[in-house]
Amino acid sequence: MTAATVEGTGAPGWRTCPVTARRIDARAERLIRVNAVAAVVALLIGAVAALLLALTRWQVVHLLPAEWYYRILGVHGMNMLIFFIIFFEMAVLWFAGTVLLNARPAAPRYAWFNFGMMLIGALMVEAMQWSGKADVLYTSYPPLKAHPLFYLGIILFAVGALSVVGQFFATLTIARRERTYTGSMPLVVYGAMTAAIIAVITLLHGAMVYIPTFLWSVGLIDSVNPQMYRLLWWALGHSAQQINVAAMVAIWYMLGALTVGAVVLNEKVSRWAFVLYILFISMASAHHLLVDPGFGPAWKIVNTSYFMYMAVLASMIHGFTVPAGIELGMRLRGFTKGLFGWLRKAPWGDPGFSSLVLSVVVFGFFGGITGVTIGTEQINIIAHNTLRIPGHFHATVVSGTAVAFMGATYYLLPLIFRRKVSFWGLAKIQPYMFAGGLLLLEFGMTFAGSFGVPRRHWDISFTQAAHDVPFSPVVDLFMAMVGIGGIIAATGAFAFILIAVTSVFFGERVTEFPRGKAIAGIPQGLTNPPVHAANADAVNAELHAPARGWAGPTPGTLVLVAVFFLAFMLYYFTNWKLLSFLWKIG
Amino acid sequence: MLTKVHTGLDPVQGVWWKPAHKAEVIWVSVAFAWCIVLFAMMPLWHWKGGQNPAGVRSRVEPKAFYARTTEFAKQYQVGTDGGVPIAAPPPGADVYLVAMSFQWYPVLQLEQGKEYMLHLSALDVNHGFSLYPLNVNFAVVPGFDYALRVTPTSSGDFRIICNEFCGIGHHTMVGRVIVVDSTGAAVADNPDATIEHGGAL
Repeated sequence: MTAATVEGTGAPGWRTCPVTARRIDARAERLIRVNAVAAVVALLIGAVAALLLALTRWQVVHLLPAEWYYRILGVHGMNMLIFFIIFFEMAVLWFAGTVLLNARPAAPRYAWFNFGMMLIGALMVEAMQWSGKADVLYTSYPPLKAHPLFYLGIILFAVGALSVVGQFFATLTIARRERTYTGSMPLVVYGAMTAAIIAVITLLHGAMVYIPTFLWSVGLIDSVNPQMYRLLWWALGHSAQQINVAAMVAIWYMLGALTVGAVVLNEKVSRWAFVLYILFISMASAHHLLVDPGFGPAWKIVNTSYFMYMAVLASMIHGFTVPAGIELGMRLRGFTKGLFGWLRKAPWGDPGFSSLVLSVVVFGFFGGITGVTIGTEQINIIAHNTLRIPGHFHATVVSGTAVAFMGATYYLLPLIFRRKVSFWGLAKIQPYMFAGGLLLLEFGMTFAGSFGVPRRHWDISFTQAAHDVPFSPVVDLFMAMVGIGGIIAATGAFAFILIAVTSVFFGERVTEFPRGKAIAGIPQGLTNPPVHAANADAVNAELHAPARGWAGPTPGTLVLVAVFFLAFMLYYFTNWKLLSFLWKIG
Repeated sequence: MLTKVHTGLDPVQGVWWKPAHKAEVIWVSVAFAWCIVLFAMMPLWHWKGGQNPAGVRSRVEPKAFYARTTEFAKQYQVGTDGGVPIAAPPPGADVYLVAMSFQWYPVLQLEQGKEYMLHLSALDVNHGFSLYPLNVNFAVVPGFDYALRVTPTSSGDFRIICNEFCGIGHHTMVGRVIVVDSTGAAVADNPDATIEHGGAL
């Protein structure tokens, strides 16, 4: 398994990417494609469900009957948070492990077996949910019980995914042994590896929680401790979102490089931030248990804060290094005017770039700030299970992760599927439409939640309840924001699906990327690659010169993170103030 | 000092363990200091703040908790509301509230400014205690007794929304807490409720 294999890779089954000059194994390419397609199918189901939910919670429309509202809510959760995201992450792992390292995939046939297992598991879950045999929502808290096939489907999906993660590690090992690259692995692959390590932790917790629950559902064990289930389930449920965070940050670095030639400021800082994720981020199960009876304050404080907020520190580091890398990359390419000349001259019409910026900004400002705040032990009292929670996590998982994945897709379509992006005009505005609708939805949810409007609730007019609950009329406005934002966001999602599916199956083939020519359907980063001039190192040294002061080469980003920091402090302390007005509780 | 200009897609040649620029060091330090503030706020609020989810937590048999709650309701009953007893325990008492699909039992009548020990638990599945319009939220888990020291600082007619999905009738599950002010006057603006003054108190 040494040089001979590598030399043999010029042979059939391999091609060389015309843009990045990387060697691509056809077997890996097929695995990337099939996982991406499965992800988009799940996204379609999830987006249809999202539209129905938004139109139900918007009390003026109140579309679905109660039974179907809860059923579709479960469908939405499983398709978006599990199937769409994890299938896409499987594609990311295959891409990072093989394409970025010029490597062959480890055991590609076994990978198809695993893909099949994930697919069968997903179909079992779909069948149980749609037929009403698993009306337990995404969290499936016992003693609510679903059909055994629902739990078995999740177990199959998780085992398949876990095996693929194992294959990713094997691929990394092969690449290293066969010396398909020299030096240390690229930062993007390092980030993907971080996601894979967190995935192992997450999926093992999934096994710990779903195997006993499955045994309980078939009657082999008497009961499942509901509190223990909540603890272990969230070690799956929340940690799964941390896989997304790590994968998303890796994609931020990748999109920055592809779209504007973003550089890595300092490998040590960025890699340490990824290590902090691995070490601390899996403690976040506690975010969901802050007002639970099973745990004491010391446990809650240590865990909810990822041991003194070390994973928050990691995100704040990436939140600096990603925009700073973009700024420095642009400055090195000559866009040096003023504080923000690099932003003014950025390719805002490139859906890869706009997705990147929208993802970073909304994830940081909205998802990050609200997440840390409502994940504070005491502040959680005024947030737990209100609409503030989905307001937060739509900002992280959808505005952050899904938008980043969509941005990556606009580059994967020409690079991996070798097709032009169809409906190019629509593709240019799709990120703005999707992110804009989501922002409206997230603000609506967050404000409504602040008034105590519960999440996962069919009827906040409480017409069938024993007592009236007269919500302030302003809540109607916020719920209308949820409805209208949901419609716009779902439209944005459908636009993405239309573009992706049409491109993959009917798109114009791309064989070469003519340099310096703007072509509809090919993002500018591929026809006009943002390469750095030969003297980039000298320019870089000059920008870093001590004479330029402590703001150094990225003054614009320092201003941006200062604004972020002020917003963070304002929101955080406002919430403590609001909490202090409540009854005394302790 | 600097590594060669490269992107996140390039393998890194040579030693990349290099000192960061001052701007990066400043931001990481500011972020770290902020993380310590975020962390310190929680123990600080336990010490100085008035709202903490600590309480006294213990295991309990769901059926035993239900029996204790019905006994409590009978002992302090001062009326009924839609067939559900209204219990008005004396200040300082242990107060029991049980959640079951799809009802909160009983209706509570408390006094403003007095401390109570509020025990929360569920008979069947997970429920969520959400006090409207204050927006105070706690998880209610079967098998666990969550006892919270509560001092109502405002009077009025409050609602308890269930905010944890508990089945198809989840959205119909609303309970009630009445807080009378210091003059002892009941603030019950719900015409369906009948409160017999001077009841079992």
